[in-house]
Amino acid sequence: MPLITYREAIKQALSEEIDRDENVCILGEEVAQYNGAYKVTEGLWEKYGDKRIIDTPISEAAFSGLAIGASMLGIRPVIEMMFMSFSYVAFDQLFNNASFCRYMSGGLMNVPIVVRGPANGGTNVGATHSHTPENLVANHPGLKVVCPSNAYDAKGLMKSAIRDNDPVFVMENTLLYGEKWEVPEEEYTIELGVANTLKEGLDVSIITHGRCAMIALNAAETLAKEHSIDAEVIDLRSIRPLDEESILHSVKKTHHAVLVEENKPFCGVDAQISHLIQFKAFDDLDAPVHRVSAIDAPQIYSKPLEDWQIPNETRIIESVLKCLA
Amino acid sequence: MASKVATKKSRKKTFEKSEINLKLSKEKKIALFKTVVGIRRFEERSLQAYNQGKIGGFLHLYIGQEAVAAGIVSLMEENDHIITAYRDHGHALAVGMNMNECMAELYGKYTGCSKGKGGSMHYFAPDKRFWGGHGIVAGQTPLGAGLAFALKYKNIKGCAVCFLGDGAVNQGSFMETLNLVSLWGIPVVFVIENNGYSMGTSLKRSSAEESLAKRGEAFGVNWDTCEGHDIFEVRHKANEAMSYARDKVKPFLLEIRTYRYRGHSVADANHEKYRTKEEIETYKKNKDPINLLRKKLIADKTLTEALAKEIDQEKKVEADTATKFAEESPYPPKTEIITDVYWSVDNDEKKQLKGTYFFND
Ligand SMILES: Cc1ncc(C[n+]2csc(CCOP(=O)(O)OP(=O)(O)O)c2C)c(N)n1
Ligand SMILES: [Mg+2]
Repeated sequence: MPLITYREAIKQALSEEIDRDENVCILGEEVAQYNGAYKVTEGLWEKYGDKRIIDTPISEAAFSGLAIGASMLGIRPVIEMMFMSFSYVAFDQLFNNASFCRYMSGGLMNVPIVVRGPANGGTNVGATHSHTPENLVANHPGLKVVCPSNAYDAKGLMKSAIRDNDPVFVMENTLLYGEKWEVPEEEYTIELGVANTLKEGLDVSIITHGRCAMIALNAAETLAKEHSIDAEVIDLRSIRPLDEESILHSVKKTHHAVLVEENKPFCGVDAQISHLIQFKAFDDLDAPVHRVSAIDAPQIYSKPLEDWQIPNETRIIESVLKCLA
Repeated sequence: MASKVATKKSRKKTFEKSEINLKLSKEKKIALFKTVVGIRRFEERSLQAYNQGKIGGFLHLYIGQEAVAAGIVSLMEENDHIITAYRDHGHALAVGMNMNECMAELYGKYTGCSKGKGGSMHYFAPDKRFWGGHGIVAGQTPLGAGLAFALKYKNIKGCAVCFLGDGAVNQGSFMETLNLVSLWGIPVVFVIENNGYSMGTSLKRSSAEESLAKRGEAFGVNWDTCEGHDIFEVRHKANEAMSYARDKVKPFLLEIRTYRYRGHSVADANHEKYRTKEEIETYKKNKDPINLLRKKLIADKTLTEALAKEIDQEKKVEADTATKFAEESPYPPKTEIITDVYWSVDNDEKKQLKGTYFFND
C-alpha cells in the first residue's frame, strides 16, 4: 500500500469526489490559485478550474451561507475554513442555518455541505487560532462532525462526508498534514458513526479522537513497556454520530476508562462520553472515569507551555496510572 | 452628504509644507525617523530569529508599511486610541512599546508584553492607548468603534483610529460597523492599509469595487485616499481625518496605499508567485518609506548622512539587545497557563469567590 500524507489523502478524497459528482465544488480563502494555505487543495485549481475550485474573499459568513443556499438546489459545496477558528465569524450561518433548516422545514429540505479545515492547537499561534470546536458542533443537533486521526481515516471519512446528505464538519489537524500512513489505492469510504480500535487491551480503555488518538497510541506502548499495563485505544473517528456500542463494549471488558481529547474540559466531547459510561456501564466500572483534556484556559502562545497545555504522552500516562491505582 | 474630501490643490511635494508638518520641530522629525528605522530593524532581527527556529508560529512583518503606523501614531493626542490587526509590530513600537518586551513576546517569554500569552499577533499596551493586536481578520473593527463610542459617551474629545487591511474590508462585521458609526456619529477613523494583497489574493480578485474608501459613501461616511510611503502625506491626510472625527464627532474612512515587502507571514513561501519580483523591487527602489524620509530630512538639514547612519546603528544595537534579552529571559511557569483568564479570579485576594472557575482534574 502506498504511504501518503494526511494532506494528500484529503486531496485525493476531494479530487475523487469532484470527479464522481459534477455538483461537488470547493470554496474557501486561497484554495485555488494559492493552492491552499496548508496546500491541501494543491493542484486542484489547475486540474478543475474556476468553476469547481473557487477562491473567496475573506467573508466566511457570506460564503458559508452561500454554500448552504446552493445546497438547497443540489450543489454539494465543500467549504474550507483556513482554520476552523475562523468558522466563528460564520457562526449564525453554520450553527443556525446549516443545522436547523431541515428541522424548521419539517423535513422538507436538507443541507448537504461539508465544512472542513484544521481544528487544533499545538502550533504556537495563540488563542484566536487554536480552537477545537467539535464539541460546539456536536452540541447542535442537525450537524455531524468527524475528527480523522490519520491519513486512511481522513480520506475515507472525507468521502463519506461529501456524500452525506447532512452538514458534516471534518476537523483536520495541521500537525498531521505532513504525517504519512498507508492508504490503499482502491476506492473506499468509512462510515460515520463507527469507531476504530487502534490497539486491543485488557486493563484500561483509552477513548480518544483526532491527533490525541496517535498520542494515546504512543502512551499505550510506553504503558506496556514500562508499566506492564495493557491498554486498549479506541479512536472515535466520528463524534456525532457517536459509536456508543464500541465505547461500552470496551469499558465492559477493561472496567477502566481514560478519556483523552484536545478540547477544553467543560462541556467537551468527553463530558458526554463520561456520562454515557456512568449511565450505561456503571456496574462495570472499577474506578471513576478519568479525563485528559487541554488545561482549562485560552490557548497560551508560549510554545513549551502550550505543549504542556494540550494532552501529551506524560499526562496520559499519569492519568492511566491514577485510574488504575 | 458624505463625500470624498476635496484634496487641496498642488498634491505631492508640498505635504512637508502643510500646516501639521510645518509644526514638526527638528527633534520631532528625528524622532519620526527613529521610529520607522526602529520598526524595520526590529522586524529584520525578529525574522532572523524566526529563521533560526528560535521563534515560531506566525510572524506577519510590517516591512514596507512603516510610515503608516509611525505617521498616524505621531498625530495621537492625549485622548486618542488605536487598535489594529495581527500585523501589529509597527503600531506597537510606534506607540512606544519597547523592543525588549516585544521581542520577548515573540519568543514566548515571561518578560514579553503579554507574558508570552499572546504572541506576535496579539500585542497590547492599554497604558499607551494601544488596544491590540487582533488575530481574526476585521475582528478589531467593531472594537475600534467601541473605543470611540466610549469617548463620546464620556464626553471626552478624542478619536479612535482603527487599522484594517484591504482584505478585511470584505468581512460583514466591518460593513455593519461602518453603518453603525455613521448612524450614531462615532468619532472613529478607519484606516485601510491597502498593501494590494490579502495573503495571495490581489485586491482585484477580492473586491468588486477597487476603491475601498468609496464604500464610505454608501454609509454616509466621509472618505479620502492617501499614499503611504511618504510619512508627510500620511500625517497630512490622517490629521485631516482625525481632526474631523474629533471636532465633528463623526467617523472617517481613509484608504492608504502601501506595500509589504515580505510574504503575508514568514510562512508564506509563495509570495513571489502571486506577484512579481520586479513589482517588489520597483516599490522598494522608488517608494521605500525610510529612504524617502531620510532623503527629505537630509535635504531640509534635519539629518546628516552621518547622523542617519548613527541612528540606524543605534536601532540595530537596540534590536540585538532585545534579542539577547529575549533569549536570556525565562519561559512563564506552568502555573501561568490559568492566570489572567478572569479578572475576578486574579483579584480574589480574600478568597471570597463562589463556584468553580476551572475544571482541571
Ligand atoms: C476571519 C479570518 N479569516 C481568515 C484569516 C486568515 N488570514 C489572516 S490575514 C489574512 C489576509 C488579510 O489581508 P489584509 O486584510 O489585506 O491584511 P494584510 O495581511 O495585508 O495586512 C487572512 C486570510 C483570519 N485570520 N481571520
Ligand atoms: Mg492587505
